[in-house]
Amino acid sequence: MDASVTTAVVKQHLIDPEICIRCNTCEETCPVHAITHDSRNYVVRADVCGSCLACIAPCPTGAIDNWRVVAAAQTYPIEEQLLWDVLPPAPASITEDPGVAVAPPAANAGGGLAAVAQAFSDSAPGATIPPAGAAHPQVNLYTHREPVTATVVGNIRVTDGDVESDTHHIVLDFGAKPFPVLEGQSIGVLPPGVDAAGRTHVARQYSLSSPRDGERRGYNNIALTVKRVTADHAGAPVRGVCSNYLCDLAKGDIVQVIGPFGNTFLMPDHPRANLLMICTGTGSAPMRAMTERRRRLRADADGKLMLFFGARTARELPYFGPLMNLPRDFIDINLAFSRTPDTPKRYVQDLMRERGDDVAALLESPDTHVYVCGLKSMEQGVLDALRAVCEQHGADWNARWRELKSEGRLHFETY
Amino acid sequence: MSIDYAQKIPNNVNLSEDRALQRALEHWQPNYIEWWREMGPDGSQDFDVYLRTAVSVDPSGWAHFDYLKMPDYRWGIFLAAPDPARQVNFGEHKGEAAWQDVPGEHRANLRRIIVTQGDTEPASVEQQRHLGLTAPSQYDLRNLFQVNVEEGRHLWAMVYLLHRYFGRDGREEAEALLQRRSGDTDHPRILGAFNERTPDWLAFFMFTYFTDRDGKFQLCALAESGFDPLARTTKFMLTEEAHHMFVGESGVARVIQRTCEAMREHKSEDPATLRALGVIDLPTIQRYLNFHYSVTIDLFGADQSSNAAIFYGAGLKGRFEETKRADDHVLKGMTYPILEVAGGKLTERAVPMLNALNEVLRDDYIKDSMGGVARWNKVIEKHGVAFRLQVPHKAFNRRIGTLAGHHVTPDGQLVDEATWQAGVRQWLPTDEDRAYVASLMGRVTERARYANWISPPVVGINRQPLDFEYIRFN
Repeated sequence: MDASVTTAVVKQHLIDPEICIRCNTCEETCPVHAITHDSRNYVVRADVCGSCLACIAPCPTGAIDNWRVVAAAQTYPIEEQLLWDVLPPAPASITEDPGVAVAPPAANAGGGLAAVAQAFSDSAPGATIPPAGAAHPQVNLYTHREPVTATVVGNIRVTDGDVESDTHHIVLDFGAKPFPVLEGQSIGVLPPGVDAAGRTHVARQYSLSSPRDGERRGYNNIALTVKRVTADHAGAPVRGVCSNYLCDLAKGDIVQVIGPFGNTFLMPDHPRANLLMICTGTGSAPMRAMTERRRRLRADADGKLMLFFGARTARELPYFGPLMNLPRDFIDINLAFSRTPDTPKRYVQDLMRERGDDVAALLESPDTHVYVCGLKSMEQGVLDALRAVCEQHGADWNARWRELKSEGRLHFETY
Repeated sequence: MSIDYAQKIPNNVNLSEDRALQRALEHWQPNYIEWWREMGPDGSQDFDVYLRTAVSVDPSGWAHFDYLKMPDYRWGIFLAAPDPARQVNFGEHKGEAAWQDVPGEHRANLRRIIVTQGDTEPASVEQQRHLGLTAPSQYDLRNLFQVNVEEGRHLWAMVYLLHRYFGRDGREEAEALLQRRSGDTDHPRILGAFNERTPDWLAFFMFTYFTDRDGKFQLCALAESGFDPLARTTKFMLTEEAHHMFVGESGVARVIQRTCEAMREHKSEDPATLRALGVIDLPTIQRYLNFHYSVTIDLFGADQSSNAAIFYGAGLKGRFEETKRADDHVLKGMTYPILEVAGGKLTERAVPMLNALNEVLRDDYIKDSMGGVARWNKVIEKHGVAFRLQVPHKAFNRRIGTLAGHHVTPDGQLVDEATWQAGVRQWLPTDEDRAYVASLMGRVTERARYANWISPPVVGINRQPLDFEYIRFN
């Protein structure tokens, strides 16, 4: 749904022509008219779909719930989709981002995109419903046809100046235009200009890293965490269109925005809720938003916050300074670095196992909500770690997993 | 637009603000429950069924899943969200604001349209009431019950309109909807196809594919109505109707899949051999298809109908996807070809389109039906089997309209009585076919097990696994 670090890769929504019965329910339901059909197939326009998931529950067949990770410049056009009898096999592999501290999970090893795409499909690892008590999200207030303009009011680098990873904290202000958001939601940015084929660039999605009441409390602004993309997934040099555009913005510049998007990766709004947050790199954006929300409510909230955060080194960890200043009795922070010199590689899932007693205790509580954000490849590793922790403590992971999903207490945001 | 479940009758129409209406419906409700207990799914009233219930009409709320005993299903009254700018989009009133009340001059016609639609809903529940005793799996049994409770809700939807907008006449019609019985010689249901039996699961799948699709097209035509409450009611019903067609399309596909597996495994196309293996041979599936298709296309009514012209001209009932069409939406002076027998052969004749609107809807339906049949053929093709299912000719086995009384073969040859009688056993299910299919109907109640004559589904309901406990039999 969201991609906090947007590269040239998007998650494209597709309909399985073998399972679809052409009932028109999805087309009727879609709030942004992204779905259309001919006498043969129902198809989704990649440049219009905002992944709001409104079409998922009403689909009687499950055909609607298919996703493919594709290069942004190579999304399947509807003209091609209309000719399909079956979904295309997943294209050639997209390899792991070399820059993030996630061990390649066994299940994905060598599986390339097929395994990645499979995990997006109907056997989604997390919940497809929001947690109990989540505030009702606004989605699709602004679309490709009618985007909203925002003004850049801040743009600072949040990784150390001498490291390769260049991550920016960008603050956008919407002035008098309403832009109600919740932690965990994302927005789309329309980069100016056209691609090599002369088409306007597709929107890139970014998770919010600020809470609902503004990056600056009481202001109509939001913050994004954007990593400058300088290499593709294979490591070849490439200039990410939108990330470079955003990282180079100056104060006062105007940005075209669509959204908000996202109606499941949301935080429970009761003070006893425990948040178990697991992220890598710019996957920290929604965790920062939720943490800040809880910090602002701190006087009234006594639920526990536990964070597992992975990066290559401490100096590449976005927001490292401010994060370490948070009081220990407010949030339990666990950092995993995979490239610290003279130290063995450590991944978030290793740390979760080390802290197994506390993780298991949290998972015991019906008030605990789990959030995972980062590269797709961390998904399996995190699930394996949660399973191992549960089983070590005599709990039935499969039953708990089902419970977490059905109660909207386990959420993945991976890309 | 959330639905108030605290009330006796869940609704999103502010029922509590109209006390007289609320009382009238609360009076009808026990009679409905009594009808459900008498004529609803046989012997299943105590099962906990994993059912979908609407809790609001927006996308996030209308598919809420939980275990439920069917008589406790929260049947209610749900209308799609209103569009204050909506207009009458066709006919002589085109361009006027959509009506929020019944125009006096169209009262009788609207009531008739609503009663005819409403009558099909309980009828199909009655037709299917014994099927639960022979379900091929928990998954299928759950799907049957889902179809049943939603047909029940569709009856509620029509009864609401009758009570709310048609006064005493409407209340009497609402009572009568509970009095008629499918197949009853004294008080039959209004339309022919709804008095046929649904004796086995192949018939059920064919019925949900073909006959519920007629429902879809009728509802689509009514969702265009200038009478806004009818349009909003049917619009929401369509979302539920989609599941019914899914049950049919995937059900037949799974039967075909199983048959083709057996054909490939045993390298045989011989119906007798395949029957000995306990699967349904493709020619039998073709005969079932021929029967359900021909009976269903009769439901669209006579090919030329002054009623259809009146309904359209008055803005009561539009065409399928009326607002997506590019013509003038008045249709005066336009023609449409209909089939008839002249000079001993089938010919086309152009007639005023307004009079041929039943035929227009039937042809749209036929196009839509053929899509699914083509998808069934893909399953056969995948197995390397040469057989292909075919949709019979539009004139085959018709009982209504100018083609009634003529004998036309599935491939469109006009034949005499003797040729018809000689061929009919190849074209329509025989008593032996039905007896064979009936012989396969045994009940499978264990989780994750499926009867031998049908494949498991590709995906579970609501993304549940295939070994999910869809029914708790208690």
